[in-house]
Amino acid sequence: MYIQKLKNLEELKNILPILIYQQFKDENSIVVANNNIIFTLNFLKNHIGCQYKMLTCISGIDLLGTAYRFCVSYELLSLTYNSRLRVKTFVDEITFINSSVSIFINANWWEREIWDLYGIYFDKHPDLRRILTDYGFEGHPMRKDFPLYGYVELRYDESKKRVIVEPLELTQEFRSFTFETPW
Amino acid sequence: MILKKKELVRELKNFTINFGPQHPAAHGVLRLILELDGEVIKRADPHIGLLHRGTEKLIEYKTYLQALPYFDRLDYVSMMAQEHTYSLAVEKIGNIKIPLRAQYIRVLFAEITRILNHLLSVGCHAMDVGAMTPFLWAFEEREKLMEFYERVSGARMHAAYIRPGGVSADLPLGFLDDVYLFANQFALRLDEIEEMLTGSRIWKERLVDIGVVSSKKAIDWGFSGVMLRGSGLPWDLRKTQPYEIYSELNFSIPVGSSGDCYDRYLIRVEEMRQSLFLIQQCLEKIPEGTIKSSNYKITAPSRIEMKTSMEAVIHHFKLYTEGLVLPHGETYTATEAPKGEFGVYLISNNTEKPYRCKIKAPGFGHLQALNDMSIGHMIADVVTIIGTQDIVFGEVDR
Repeated sequence: MYIQKLKNLEELKNILPILIYQQFKDENSIVVANNNIIFTLNFLKNHIGCQYKMLTCISGIDLLGTAYRFCVSYELLSLTYNSRLRVKTFVDEITFINSSVSIFINANWWEREIWDLYGIYFDKHPDLRRILTDYGFEGHPMRKDFPLYGYVELRYDESKKRVIVEPLELTQEFRSFTFETPW
Repeated sequence: MILKKKELVRELKNFTINFGPQHPAAHGVLRLILELDGEVIKRADPHIGLLHRGTEKLIEYKTYLQALPYFDRLDYVSMMAQEHTYSLAVEKIGNIKIPLRAQYIRVLFAEITRILNHLLSVGCHAMDVGAMTPFLWAFEEREKLMEFYERVSGARMHAAYIRPGGVSADLPLGFLDDVYLFANQFALRLDEIEEMLTGSRIWKERLVDIGVVSSKKAIDWGFSGVMLRGSGLPWDLRKTQPYEIYSELNFSIPVGSSGDCYDRYLIRVEEMRQSLFLIQQCLEKIPEGTIKSSNYKITAPSRIEMKTSMEAVIHHFKLYTEGLVLPHGETYTATEAPKGEFGVYLISNNTEKPYRCKIKAPGFGHLQALNDMSIGHMIADVVTIIGTQDIVFGEVDR
């Protein structure tokens, strides 16, 4: 099942601007520069030897402390060759990625989700609104430097007759239980 | 009076309504902003996130075992299917082999879960469209299946039964006999539900040619599961990328032809029958043996062993305080959950906590096609389309 895929990938190295090629067990992933991502996805979708017609999901990863802080990882699936391929690209906090909605229409919500949770800006996205967090939410909660408990809390105010947002007050400091293990 | 041309042309504004988030047919907390022209949908804009609990964020702060119960709470009608995916992902990174009996138990419960999910899906869909009775019948059967959950794990829904390295406990005595009894009568119950729906004129009027998805569209939107098979693509991860023991079992995957809601209903019913067939095969073939990996770095030793072996006590203590440690690795593991392809993109960094755990929920992908599927249909058909997509907000919002 995977032979065909590997052979394709060998050929791919000559055609695509692949920076790194990674393999973990039977899973293949390629890393491309963020200005090449649209070209790469377009090629992988439409080339007869690849036919990764389906975008399964896009995920963001926060690699806090590295030069390129964010990784955006596209999970592609080819129904024809029964193979999966992961395309990764790295960006820092101020650069943007070109939106892939023009190639995969279902990238729309996945990119909105990454924008919402990580704050990675997708250029030329048709509708880059927040998706998972509350209306009027501030910040990007999946970033590693965003605290688990957040910054604000909500409660219903009886006198104002509406839900109000207040700065968070914790009676006990959040404990993470990450100690150096003695063994 | 002189008639001006401007006054002759009446300006009509489209009507915008809020559908949900408390509408019972919205299957939870979907807020849908519908732009209507009369009764015809011009635009449907789903607003999701009202049930967002930050599961992915929470998982990053938990050990691998503590993260497991979050998966029950994603899609709360197909609980074990998601535990299964997560366990497979952990096992893939950790190079963990599990015993054959555990694999059979997992498949048995994956299929029980599939029936559990499709019963709710078909039942609630029927109720949304106007047939109350199949819903009640389906829930009676669901109750029996949830009793099976309860007998192995102690919980009716959030089982936390399938764990990395196997399953948490062996099947209780007489359990398989009762599954056999259930399997024998369930086909009859399905026939009853089908008798009410399949040939019913009202059911057909509401479902046939509603929400048609062509096979090209289904691929473009990244559909999976029943939504993809309804459009005529024979794609089922249990067949195409088999995991556990599915490659040794005999079953077929139903495929639709026209890609409308009625096709998808028929597929769901047929999948329940296939699941039943798979359950029967599991009952026949299930071997004796251990139910979890014997590597104490991954699974806890038995109580008996802990009474006699100091090493076992240490392992037990280490496992439940520090947790299991996975080496560096990343995997995207997907299984055929009842709703479609459920994937876990897990990144480990040689600690006891996942660095990143992305959850690819099938419902998220399906719901974003709602606008495309419902344009041009009547407002009542939106309910049918939400029903056929089998949306559960636990997994869409995460």
